[in-house]
Amino acid sequence: MSLRFEPRLTRDWDDPSVIGLDGYVAKGGYRGLTNALAMTDVEIVELVKSSGLRGRGGAGFPAGMKWGFVPRDTGKPTYVVVNFDESEPGTCNNRELVERDPHRLLEGMAIAALAIGCETAYLYVRGEYLWQSLVLERAIGEAYAAGHLGPDVQGSGKRIDAVLHRGAGAYICGEETALLNSLEGLRGQPRLRPPFPAVEGLFASPTVINNVETLMNVPDIVVRGADWFRELGTEKSPGTKMVTVSGKVERPGNFEVPLGTPFRVVLEELAGGVLGGRALKAWTPGGSSTPMLTAGHLDVGLDYESLAEAGSMLGTAAIMVMDETDCVVDCATRMVRFYAHESCGKCTPCREGSWWATRVLERLEDGEGRSADLPIVRDLGANLLFRAFCALADGTASVINSSLQHFPDEFEAHVRLGGCPLKVEHLEEVSA
Amino acid sequence: MPLLYLAQSVEGSVTRDALREIGELLGITTAEVEAVASFYTMYRLRPTGTHVISVCTNLACKLRGAEAVFEAAHEESGVAHGAEMSDDGLFTVHEEECLGVCDFAPAVQIDLGNHDNVSPERMRELVAGLRAGEVPSPARGPAFDSFKAASRALAGFQEVPSA
Repeated sequence: MSLRFEPRLTRDWDDPSVIGLDGYVAKGGYRGLTNALAMTDVEIVELVKSSGLRGRGGAGFPAGMKWGFVPRDTGKPTYVVVNFDESEPGTCNNRELVERDPHRLLEGMAIAALAIGCETAYLYVRGEYLWQSLVLERAIGEAYAAGHLGPDVQGSGKRIDAVLHRGAGAYICGEETALLNSLEGLRGQPRLRPPFPAVEGLFASPTVINNVETLMNVPDIVVRGADWFRELGTEKSPGTKMVTVSGKVERPGNFEVPLGTPFRVVLEELAGGVLGGRALKAWTPGGSSTPMLTAGHLDVGLDYESLAEAGSMLGTAAIMVMDETDCVVDCATRMVRFYAHESCGKCTPCREGSWWATRVLERLEDGEGRSADLPIVRDLGANLLFRAFCALADGTASVINSSLQHFPDEFEAHVRLGGCPLKVEHLEEVSA
Repeated sequence: MPLLYLAQSVEGSVTRDALREIGELLGITTAEVEAVASFYTMYRLRPTGTHVISVCTNLACKLRGAEAVFEAAHEESGVAHGAEMSDDGLFTVHEEECLGVCDFAPAVQIDLGNHDNVSPERMRELVAGLRAGEVPSPARGPAFDSFKAASRALAGFQEVPSA
C-alpha cells in the first residue's frame, strides 16, 4: 500500500508564512470563522456532529456531541478551554501543529466558542511549551488587531476573548477536570464526575474542553462540509490523524495519515522502518498509556475501532517503537516509574500501586527478582485498572498488563537468569 | 500560578517568604499557596542553580540513549545524584518526564530552551559553554540566560518576537 491523499492539517507546513496572520489569511484562513458567524449555534453543532469528528486527545469522544451537551439556559457564562497540555509520553504533534500553524487553532477555538455561545476562551498550555505559548500569544495579538478575536469578531457584534494560561509541570493536567482545577489556580487533581464539565466545568459553569488537533480540524469542516471531511478515514473514525513516531525508527517525526492507515505503512513508508534494519519487538499505538502491541500487529489500522479490536487504543497516536535489542521489562519499568511520579496522589490504588509496581519492576530488571514477584506484578496490574478517579492508573495498568500478556517469557527469564537477559547475553533464552 | 513564576524569577526558586507574600496578596493562607506550589514540578521549592538542565529520560528519549545524556549532565556540571545543585551554585540537573520533543530525542531543556538530538558529548559541550558564560542557542524560540529569566517569561513578562 502506498499512502496517497491530500494533506489537511499539514498542508501548509512547507510554507512558513502561515505562522503569521497575513500568510494564514492568504491561504483562506479565518473564512471558516466568517462562515460560522453566518450560521446559528445549533447549525454549527449539527455540522460538526455530522462530520463525525472525534476528540483527538485520547478518548475519541465525538466533538459535536460534546458541544451539544452544553446547556444554554443556566444564566451562567459558557467556556471553551483548549487543552494544550500535551504530556502523554511519546506525543508531540500538537506542539508542531501550533509551531507551524497557530492561527488554525485560534480559528477552530473561535468557531467552538460560537457553537456554545462562549465569550471567553482559555488556552491551557503546558509550562514546558514556553516557546509554543509565545507563538500563540503572538498569534492572539494579531487576531485581536485584525478583529478575528475581541469585542466585535469580524464586525458581527459578538465577543470572543482569548486567555492563555501556562501550566507548571504536571502530566495529570491533561485530564480535563484536573486541567480545570489548574486553570483555577488549584492543585491539578481530577474532580468527581458527574457533574460533567459540560454542565459544571470552569468556575462551575458549562465548559467544553477540546484538544488542539480536534479544534484545528474545525475550520475546514465549516468551509468544506461534513461530506468532504468524511472522504478520508473510516466510517466510524473519519478524517486524518496526526501520529508521532519515536524511539527505534530511522526517521522519527510527526506525520498526518488518514485514520485507518495500517501501522506497517506508517512505520515503513513514513518513519523509514526500524532503526538499523533491526526487528520490531513492541510498539505503543497511542502513547505509554495505551497497551503495547507487537510485531504481530503490523497490519492493524490506526483508528479507534481497529486498535480496540487488537486490545489497545488509538490514544494520542503516539507510536513508540522498541526493537529486538530493547528489554520490555526495562521499558515497562521506565513507563511505570513515570506514572508513579505523575500520580496526583488522590486515589490510593494509583498512588500506592504505581509506587509499588515500580519497586518490583526495578528489582526484576536489576536481577534481584524472585519468582513471587511475577504474581505481585500481575496482581497490581489487575488492581490498578478501573480503580481510580481518572485514567492515569489505567495507563499504569496498561503498561503492566500488556507487557505481561505479550512478553511473559521475558519477565520469567529475568527471574530465572537473575537479571536482564539482554544484558547478560542470554538472548537465545528469550522468546518474544 | 503566574505569581509563583514571578517570585521564582526574582529569587531563583520559590522561597518561604515568597509563599507567605503571595498568600497575603491573594488573601489565602501560606499553606494553601504551598499546596499549589509543591504540586507542580516547575516551581522549585529547594535551592536551585543559576541554570536548570532538564534531561528527558522517558521512553522515547531513553530508547535514543537519554540515560547516558543524563549521566553526562551530572558529571560535567558537578551535580551529584540526589543533590539540588552543584557546589558552585551554577547548575541544577533535573530528570524530566516527557518534554514533548520525542521527534528529536534525546530532548534536553536548558533554562526552558530546547536542545534537540543531544548526545552525551553535546551535553558536555553545552554545560562547558554555560560555565564559560555562553548562552546556547535553542533549537526553537528565544534563549534565556538563566532559570530566573525563563521564569520571568513563564510569568508572562516576555516580549513576543514578531513572525
